[in-house]
Amino acid sequence: MTSTEPRLIPKLMGARVKRKEDPRLIQGRGTYVDDVKLPGMLHAAFKRSDIAHGRIVSIDTSAAEAMPGVELVLTGAQLAQHLPPQPVMTPFPAPPHHAITPDVVRFQGEPYAVVIATDRYIARDAADAIVAEIEPLPVLVDPEAAMQPGAPQIHEGFANNVAIFIPAGTGVDQAAGTVNNAAIEAAFAQADVVISQRMINHRLAPTPIEPRGIVAHWEPGKEALTIWASTQSAHLFKGFIAGLLGLGEDQVRVIAPEVGGGFGAKLIYGEDYAISAISRMLGQPVKWIEDRSEAFMTTSHGRGILGYIDIAARRDGKVLGVKARLIADIGAYETLFTAAIPTLTNGMLSGVYDIPAIRAELTEVFTNKTPTDAYRGAGRPEGIYFIERAMDMLARELQMDPAELRRRNFIQPHQFPFATQAGNLYDSGDYEKALDKALEISGWESLKAERDAARAEGRVVGLGMSFYVEICGVGGWEHASVTVQKDGRVVATTGTSPHGQGHETTFAQMLGDQLGVPIEHITVLHGDTAIVRQGTGTFGSRSQVAGGTVLMMAGEKVRDRMASFASHMMDANPADLAFENGRIFVKGSPGSGKTFAEVAGYAYMGAGTAAMSGMAYPPDAQPGLSEEAFWEPGGAGTFPFGCHIALVEIDRDTGELELRRMIAVDDCGTIINPLIVEGQVHGGLAQGIGQAMVEEVVYDEDGQLITGSFMDYAMPRASDFPMFEMDKTVTLSPHTPLGTKGVGEAGTIGSTPCIVNATVDALSPFGVKHIDMMLRPERLWAIINTNGGQA
Amino acid sequence: MSTRVPVTITVNGKVRTAEVEPRLLLVHFLRENLGLTGTHVGCDTSQCGACTIMVDGQSAKSCTIFAVQADGCNLQTIEGLAPEGGLHAMQEGFWEEHGLQCGYCTPGMIMSGVDLLNENPNPSEAEIRKGIDGNFCRCTGYQHIVKAIQYAAKKG
Repeated sequence: MTSTEPRLIPKLMGARVKRKEDPRLIQGRGTYVDDVKLPGMLHAAFKRSDIAHGRIVSIDTSAAEAMPGVELVLTGAQLAQHLPPQPVMTPFPAPPHHAITPDVVRFQGEPYAVVIATDRYIARDAADAIVAEIEPLPVLVDPEAAMQPGAPQIHEGFANNVAIFIPAGTGVDQAAGTVNNAAIEAAFAQADVVISQRMINHRLAPTPIEPRGIVAHWEPGKEALTIWASTQSAHLFKGFIAGLLGLGEDQVRVIAPEVGGGFGAKLIYGEDYAISAISRMLGQPVKWIEDRSEAFMTTSHGRGILGYIDIAARRDGKVLGVKARLIADIGAYETLFTAAIPTLTNGMLSGVYDIPAIRAELTEVFTNKTPTDAYRGAGRPEGIYFIERAMDMLARELQMDPAELRRRNFIQPHQFPFATQAGNLYDSGDYEKALDKALEISGWESLKAERDAARAEGRVVGLGMSFYVEICGVGGWEHASVTVQKDGRVVATTGTSPHGQGHETTFAQMLGDQLGVPIEHITVLHGDTAIVRQGTGTFGSRSQVAGGTVLMMAGEKVRDRMASFASHMMDANPADLAFENGRIFVKGSPGSGKTFAEVAGYAYMGAGTAAMSGMAYPPDAQPGLSEEAFWEPGGAGTFPFGCHIALVEIDRDTGELELRRMIAVDDCGTIINPLIVEGQVHGGLAQGIGQAMVEEVVYDEDGQLITGSFMDYAMPRASDFPMFEMDKTVTLSPHTPLGTKGVGEAGTIGSTPCIVNATVDALSPFGVKHIDMMLRPERLWAIINTNGGQA
Repeated sequence: MSTRVPVTITVNGKVRTAEVEPRLLLVHFLRENLGLTGTHVGCDTSQCGACTIMVDGQSAKSCTIFAVQADGCNLQTIEGLAPEGGLHAMQEGFWEEHGLQCGYCTPGMIMSGVDLLNENPNPSEAEIRKGIDGNFCRCTGYQHIVKAIQYAAKKG
């Protein structure tokens, strides 16, 4: 810093700036992967298993190979000659996972062969012509059955199909591998009330509307691979492809063009490695675009955690302890972060409460289903669901207002930074403030009266609340560069890889304020590893915390360089300079000074050219106005939070659940663009409500996916929702220069337990204390109409 | 499958002729043959609506129509919604109200919004929500889309 005064005066930041991304997208001029067309491009189709578990006896590809237009047919065993198993991000042993299985199919939809043809219709025809003999093996769909001794084994070396067992919380020393039960048992021994409940946080399909896809283009001679991929991280993608194909990272360029949603499910998959390897084998570009039924079968699923939850409390509502035995149904393989995601559930079991003893025991179990991996929230929604359902059950048991019970257990503002017994270090929070705001804008007391009046009329109405906290900003370092070009315009690169989050706008707002440049003069580039030198990507609500912070660091360095050149040009002290509206001038004299273009033109001259023009150049200065920065958040993370309230009504005649009001008060720290933050919360709410009300991945006992298309998997529609009522509190994070915390997953985390709590409240006159999702009308109808519909 | 059928289809005011396989989907004709990639494919089963276009002035899902069925029809896609360099009120509404995030459902959603207002120029919030039930958006939670359509309705 060259000035003692605050230099960053928010003008663009905090404003509802319309997105820079939108003009191309609303005109249909964005380029998504399937829009990429290259000369000589071939098309791929995968042959996938119809059954959930079986050993491949033989594969006959002759009919497929004989079709005109078919260039190549490869079985998994043939591809395995060229491609090792996929990498997995876990410190624990993981079973080998080939891009295309060479021997055993372990879930419906797993590929065992691939066809490359001149046209996508021909490729599909040829894949259909492949005939395989697959000897069926026993199918495991229930994780609790799969982990029993004697159950058939899905992978060698993983007894009882257990991938990982991890204890966590009070008394657990993971480094030493020891567990001490004294504190947790004492907490339960002192309790007046203990509530135990088995709860299912069921499987979901992430379903970005753009399916997955890739175009891989190996150029022989150049010995370089260019990839267009629908991914949340061009740079991670590049590193993984280079690693598995045995290439230098400099030989691989990955472009994430427009990406049509991700929600955690779009990092990298077996198909991506296979298509890249095949393009290299053929020396031609190859495209593969997933269809929707493939997406349901093979794009990673989310959630899928069963919890046995015990909560212990005093009669005054003080929670003394929580025990959670968690069983994660991870599916047939570990993909990139499969193993890591459920461990986040362990870590969130404390919720927003000062709970003196917490014990979690997590078992991750293989089943013959699609692998699970990150899905918006990724482990945190499950943890918050379990604790928020438990708190609600406790409030009902104690006949206490659920708001009051929460208030009595909140971590207090003076306790931060707060180390929870579940193992996280919360940065900051003022939970009571958010609770009070939610109670106020919802009219909590009058809502209770409204509910009671409706009940007196015989209607089935419920009111529910949840309070969530989540962890953001983890996931490693991020990179940014900021350049003031010779013409005075600003171009920045970010290693984050947006797919709807609006980084081109938000980041331009930040730079605009930092450098005093109109937003129209700023371009933010992302998602192309040839343009963006380094990066990590967009997941885990990390982009603002990690990417925004590092961008400001690079911007600060450029500003300092500009100040140095400008001070020389104007014979002024750098500390006396102001940056405003694309001009640099001595404070108090906005009429004088230099434009960005003038200062940049001078900075890019260099001493030699300057001398020829008769200008003095700053002594020892090197030319140019381009800086970059790396930054890694501390590792402890940022912890946004919020309070959600829902009013629901169930139709007595149809069992249909109607969400009548949805109130959300969210605190994500400093807000750069309220419009974008609202959009993030809205989308998150819809996904969280969707889980509770309509969405569920269903398999039958043979491992057949019942919900294999949009005809069977219910996506939330516009008419499922009322207008969400939103407000905010702002609690700054001490870990980021602007106090930002992250917001991408917030709505998803809080809304699911809120809806279930409201529904249980509606059904409480019928003796219901808990109901598992999703809340299908026929189940609700049956509850209401048992005993002739009498409460 | 090599039999090809001649078709003449007017797309965004231009008459296009081609010989196509009878099984070629209209959305692929638009995207692959004409290079109009603004119309997207999201599901293949006509639920998601990303492929929505106008066929003879009415919205239709182009992933469930064969190109040969559109022979003689007049189509409008997102690329032809507004004159070059301009924006339709519906496009403007989506921009003003942040009615899109990833943008993938957006062209279809905009076409459905246009169709909705063609039939009902002053829809209630409930009518708007019902009117776009055939289009999925996974990003926005629909709230800003509803506002975008209200913006366009107000603008007339």
